[in-house]
Amino acid sequence: MELLNLTAVKLAEKIKAGEVSAVDAVQAVLAQIEKTEETYNCYVTIDREGALAEAERVQREIEAGNLTGPLAGVPVAIKDNMCTQGMLTTCSSKILGNFIPTFSSEAVVNLQKAGAIIIGKTNMDEFAMGSTTETSAFGATRNPWNDAHVPGGSSGGSAAAVAANECFYALGSDTGGSIRQPAGYCGVVGMKPTYGTVSRYGLIAYGSSLDQIGPLCKDVTDCATIMEVIASHDTKDSTSMPREDYNFTEALVDDVRGMKIGIPRDYFGEGLDPEVAAAVKAAAKVLEEKGAIVEEFDLDLVGYAIPTYYTIAAAEASSNLERFDGVKYGYRAEDADELHRMYKRTRSEGFGPEVKRRIMLGSFVLSSGYYDAYYLKALKVKALIKKAFDEAFAKYDIILGPVAPTTAPKLGESLSDPIKMYLGDIYTISVNLAGLPGICLPCGLDEKGLPIGLQLIGDCFAEKKLIQAAYTYEMARGAFEKPAGREE
Amino acid sequence: MANVISDETIEYVGILAKLELSGEEKERAKKDMADMLDYIDQLSELDTTDVEPMSHIFPLHNVFREDVVTNGDDSANTVKNAPQEKDNMFRVPRTF
Repeated sequence: MELLNLTAVKLAEKIKAGEVSAVDAVQAVLAQIEKTEETYNCYVTIDREGALAEAERVQREIEAGNLTGPLAGVPVAIKDNMCTQGMLTTCSSKILGNFIPTFSSEAVVNLQKAGAIIIGKTNMDEFAMGSTTETSAFGATRNPWNDAHVPGGSSGGSAAAVAANECFYALGSDTGGSIRQPAGYCGVVGMKPTYGTVSRYGLIAYGSSLDQIGPLCKDVTDCATIMEVIASHDTKDSTSMPREDYNFTEALVDDVRGMKIGIPRDYFGEGLDPEVAAAVKAAAKVLEEKGAIVEEFDLDLVGYAIPTYYTIAAAEASSNLERFDGVKYGYRAEDADELHRMYKRTRSEGFGPEVKRRIMLGSFVLSSGYYDAYYLKALKVKALIKKAFDEAFAKYDIILGPVAPTTAPKLGESLSDPIKMYLGDIYTISVNLAGLPGICLPCGLDEKGLPIGLQLIGDCFAEKKLIQAAYTYEMARGAFEKPAGREE
Repeated sequence: MANVISDETIEYVGILAKLELSGEEKERAKKDMADMLDYIDQLSELDTTDVEPMSHIFPLHNVFREDVVTNGDDSANTVKNAPQEKDNMFRVPRTF
């Protein structure tokens, strides 16, 4: 159906012009969900009645001229680690299997104020810990390009829902690549903003110093538009950074003349699939032909980002996940007759294996006697990694590379060897450690017909340069293909 | 350097993490943690003498605001999420 192929911004324009209604849009998405959700499993919760009722209300507001923004009336999917008032929020975990928040996260509130209609909550790796969406307690999500493959993770449900037309755009969260990598695997656009740009209020924390909310969507114009709506300074998040300029759509300019783009040689070393390397290099060539100055350079410490990240993220996770104890919300183990036994059994039964693995590692690296050797060491290496990026951004406007070493792996191939799975994060995680913005957009298909993701990384607060370069590339590339198996 | 995680260490970590692991889970955890620590040990190749640990990427200091109530009383809805409640309070198993 043609309506479903519209971008979020184009759909909103048609709604504003009275050509279609918000109710039509929600009905179209629900019909698509009816057709394909059984195969892809993008959602944990689908709120059919709520979305239709909200669509009617929003439509009236649009007609009354009260809602005039560029996303008014457009259906959106929200990753299930963002609190939504009155709507189940599980983090894809048994331990939060029945949790209904009494408030909404700030990013969701910002969307709702702009007239977004929430279709439901998308599947994810449990507590955002994973790269495939296979650690979800509610079953794996499948890649709409080929349902034998994973959609990536942890925002795999959000990426797959956009690719499968089961929503017009989605929110995800990115702690080590969890927006950008699934965007790459599913052939959609995903952006992780500079740390502190989108409020984390109401985002169920994994690694608080690394987590950022961002959009997964159909093109760069949607990306900039969604960013403009969700980014805000929020006093409820003490790490929220006030910014001078939130006009991200101003950067939708088809021009990279004179822009300096650096390609780290270390991003093209061992482990990178040759087809991915070729597609990303070809994308760099396109930007060069559009007038950018493209150079290779040596970015220090690339390989050290992964051990640094897993130390810091596990430490923060072990602390953040202490709150799940069976007292105030969520799952409680039955028959525990004493408080501490209840805590232990609740957590042991409620968390899945990957979450337990990271909580244990985090507890260990923070424990007395090991704190200096592991946790503090990682924080020092983080400072060195940040410095390496500072040096790179003294020379370049943008760093260009792949988003992941391969295209989407098959289901069932990743979880048996955690370290091998963690190595797949090599191009994304240093961006979180340094707090930088990154965008991923599709730049080709491999022999198997799976999308290849191009990643652009900017200096802190340089989202507009990223958007401009990504938009310019997108204009030159033209419309990207759609998943072949998708019914329209 | 190959790390070996002893039974005592896993027990201790279990206490810190408030997790009760089965025998099989313990064996798996010992192996996984040893592998991860071997991997993390490569950080010791880097000289970090005189490097300040970076906990936050921006020079943000404590952010203060007046302690003013801005939300209403939503305790009934909050307590609704509790596995067990009594008289609008959380109910837990005996504590001693």
